[in-house]
Amino acid sequence: MVELKQEPQKLTAFLSGELDHHHAKEIREAIDFAVREQYPPVLVLDFRQVTFMDSSGIGLILGRSRLLEEYGGTLEIHNPPAHIRKVLRISGADRLAVIRNSVRKERPKPAEDTPKIPKLDIAELKPPQTDAEQKGMESDYEYAQ
Amino acid sequence: MNTLNELKCTFPARSENESFARTMVCAFASQLDPTVEDLADLRTAVSEAVTNSIVHAYRGQPAGLIAITVRLLPDSVIYIRISDRGCGIADIAQAMTPLYSTAPAEERAGLGFTVMQSFTDKLNVTSRPGRGTTVIMRKKMQHGTEQETDDRG
Repeated sequence: MVELKQEPQKLTAFLSGELDHHHAKEIREAIDFAVREQYPPVLVLDFRQVTFMDSSGIGLILGRSRLLEEYGGTLEIHNPPAHIRKVLRISGADRLAVIRNSVRKERPKPAEDTPKIPKLDIAELKPPQTDAEQKGMESDYEYAQ
Repeated sequence: MNTLNELKCTFPARSENESFARTMVCAFASQLDPTVEDLADLRTAVSEAVTNSIVHAYRGQPAGLIAITVRLLPDSVIYIRISDRGCGIADIAQAMTPLYSTAPAEERAGLGFTVMQSFTDKLNVTSRPGRGTTVIMRKKMQHGTEQETDDRG
């Protein structure tokens, strides 16, 4: 689901619900239609009401980032909840757009006891070597952290 | 493998079932009373695997079936097996390369396997071209008995 708010210098897309492959197409089409009408200097994707996001959301961000690059617009990501920040972090998409949180929350306690997911740099990520080639048609791949 | 509990389910490869599949796995895992964070990770990893089967294995043809087996193993480990009888993957290492996608026109980011690797403890992919693909993931779930602090970070 997406609700759009058009202002003179800014287009804001308030996303809500589950941002998966099933819902991404409709959201993408609605945003792109409005962008091509207005060519806003700033496009804001507001994630406050998004309850779930997988890599389909990263595809949405990457695609809008490319669209705005065509005419020099700026992409901003606002209010991503914790689980969405995690997906943004591992994908490196947090470097493609300005991320802002307008709603500040008090941190209950230092996060030391929380298992942290390592930040992966996409540029440095290489798939571990496998013997898939030698095995020909059937290949088996195992990954353990 | 000492299976403590098990759920099996088969459903057609329709995109509206992505939500159903991840919700079902999380409902099964909820018996462990896991943390919100672990449950969110599991939900995302399952969504990626099922979406791969729908988008890539069956190329959007909803007639194909996806089979999911979820098991509860000792030490709070959740085992998830997701398999299809779709086109298969000729080069798994290439398919797992971050940002590699065979469906860029549909704005697939090429990060499905990266998310599965990052959000679970162990990922195993087996595939035969023309026969299908099986993804097995394992994740140890932390118990969420303490006050949740999901919004930090």
